[in-house]
Amino acid sequence: MRRAELVTAGVLALFSIYLMWKSAELRIGYIRGEGPGGGAWPFWLSAIMLVCTGVIALNALRGRSPPSRSEEPLLDAYGKKTLLMVGGGIFGFIALIDIVSMYGAMFFFLIYYLKFLGRHSWRLTMGFAILAPILFFFFFEALMRIPMPKGLPFLEPVFNYLNTIIY
Amino acid sequence: MIEILGLLGNGVWDAIQPLNLVLIVVGVTLGLFIGAMPGLGSVNGVAILLPITFLVPSGSAIIFLAAIYYGAMYGGAISSITLGIPGASTAVATTFDGRPLAMQGKARLALVVAALASFVGGTVANVLFTGFAPLLATVALNFGPPEIFARMLLAFATFVGLGGDDIAKTVFSICVGLVLATVGFDQISGAPRLIFGDIPGFLRGISFLVLAIGVYGIGEMLWTIDSTRGKITTTEAEMSVKGAVEDAKEGTRRGWKGTTIGSFLGFFVGILPAAGATPGSLMAYGVTKLVSKNPEEFGRGHPGGVAAPEAANNSASTGSMLPMLTLGIPGSPTTAILLGGMVIWGLTPGPRLFVDQPDFVWGLIGSFYVSNLFALIVNLSFIPLFIWMLRMPFTILASMIFVLSVVGGYAATRDMHDVWLMLGFGFAAFMLRKLDYPLAPAVLAIVLGPIAEPTLRQSLLLSSGDPSIFFTRPVAGPITIIALVLIFLPLFKFLWERLRGTGSSQPV
Repeated sequence: MRRAELVTAGVLALFSIYLMWKSAELRIGYIRGEGPGGGAWPFWLSAIMLVCTGVIALNALRGRSPPSRSEEPLLDAYGKKTLLMVGGGIFGFIALIDIVSMYGAMFFFLIYYLKFLGRHSWRLTMGFAILAPILFFFFFEALMRIPMPKGLPFLEPVFNYLNTIIY
Repeated sequence: MIEILGLLGNGVWDAIQPLNLVLIVVGVTLGLFIGAMPGLGSVNGVAILLPITFLVPSGSAIIFLAAIYYGAMYGGAISSITLGIPGASTAVATTFDGRPLAMQGKARLALVVAALASFVGGTVANVLFTGFAPLLATVALNFGPPEIFARMLLAFATFVGLGGDDIAKTVFSICVGLVLATVGFDQISGAPRLIFGDIPGFLRGISFLVLAIGVYGIGEMLWTIDSTRGKITTTEAEMSVKGAVEDAKEGTRRGWKGTTIGSFLGFFVGILPAAGATPGSLMAYGVTKLVSKNPEEFGRGHPGGVAAPEAANNSASTGSMLPMLTLGIPGSPTTAILLGGMVIWGLTPGPRLFVDQPDFVWGLIGSFYVSNLFALIVNLSFIPLFIWMLRMPFTILASMIFVLSVVGGYAATRDMHDVWLMLGFGFAAFMLRKLDYPLAPAVLAIVLGPIAEPTLRQSLLLSSGDPSIFFTRPVAGPITIIALVLIFLPLFKFLWERLRGTGSSQPV
């Protein structure tokens, strides 16, 4: 984890510098009659962030923070698998929303998660995968009147039909 | 006093109106479940469910969320006792004696003591709250920008001075939250600010919910899946009315001291922004053990060791509402999200609420009493059901939470840009969490940022750029000084230890 601690501190330091540079697009000094410029607050906060990353790196080099003393890797095989399978699943879910609508994406995500990650029975998987989108549809579209993304045009007839039920 | 009782009466009446009562019962039940599930705490529940409360009026929505908060404090004990792993960080101390009791076949005793102590803790805190809140709000009414900024500084300072995490990482977390809050338009000049990559989605700013759901719905869940890879064993608890009554008697006899200590200590620790329910319950456990005649029994299954932390975490959750409602400073990550919700509902948190929205405030306070009672009833009647649900495979729960997070993230702003951003925050939160970066300060900061920045700028405008304005005003001065002392406390400690030559391995 020691290396991860140092690398993260480095990445966060670069991020802080980027934020300082970006904040400086607005005025960061004191403007007479207006108070501090619009960039001052984020600029100085980012500067504090930069100092913090320096301290974090220093502590890591001296082996003073628990992660920098740990011999374990940041992500072992299980951790990598978790991130890839679970995180990748959520990524796929969100990526599918614009194609097959929020409800369709939810359906595929639940099948993936329950059947392939959870190894549950098809009956339980399909029960959840079908019921959840229906419940969410009626909750959001009918009850709360919050329209969710409807995906590509090929799904239009489906939603037109569903809308006739709720409106 | 009579006036307060009248207002409280109206509040309780408000809370038992059909819609609110249903929301309270659903809220505490959900909260009990959320609290009982390892890896999920009140903050996850409130963050993920906030977007769906837009359906009901703001007064009812906050009652619902507060009920979840309440229920979660009760629920944490269930898994601490029957699984031996805390259902939420607030119930860590409950495992010390709750688990040994369960292993001795006294799970029911532990569960009954936990529920009763929670109820007493909640009630004591509610009474203290009702007494203190209007008083504090009246004092806070005269606050100007320097006072408001000073108290924001104090909120962050408590994280640094009392948080117990790596200081540099805590400060980093606070600053990152504050900077993320500045994305969008500069509130004063109206100029676009920090529009990363000129992506138009950033023009609307970053909603605190996007960060909160990313951190608590996705990041924490990934972390939980990664860290709880082992199998978990549940202990059974036979529930019967007669047995529970006997346990209640024994629990009262052996646990009253812990309950009393927890109730009062929890409340006052809960008020401190960084502290909240987790340190409150740990402190209550420690003090109860310290004053006990048989401290050696603690850790081996003493009912007082269950009563103290449980009374304290309930009491602290009410305590953390005090600064949120009266000063507009959240006392815990959960109240930070409630505060953000209030802003979305068009309310301005702070002392003016007591003047401008008395129905909202007193309805909420009234609901504390009602929620506390229902949490006790639901908890005691459904303990076997909760234990059964704890055996549910985690993949079912996790998939539902991810679905709720994505849907909730979209519903909050109705923009896919924010859903992607939420996922990004989730991954970042997972990695940072693994490296011991505290993330609650960032969530608190993104909520407080939009209040902190303008007050700082207005104050400096008032003083023509002279920062001494924060030190010379009668109220702002002491607050600023306390805040600075807290911020530099770890540094003083470090230097002091160096001077005495004892050395310290604590990072500064």
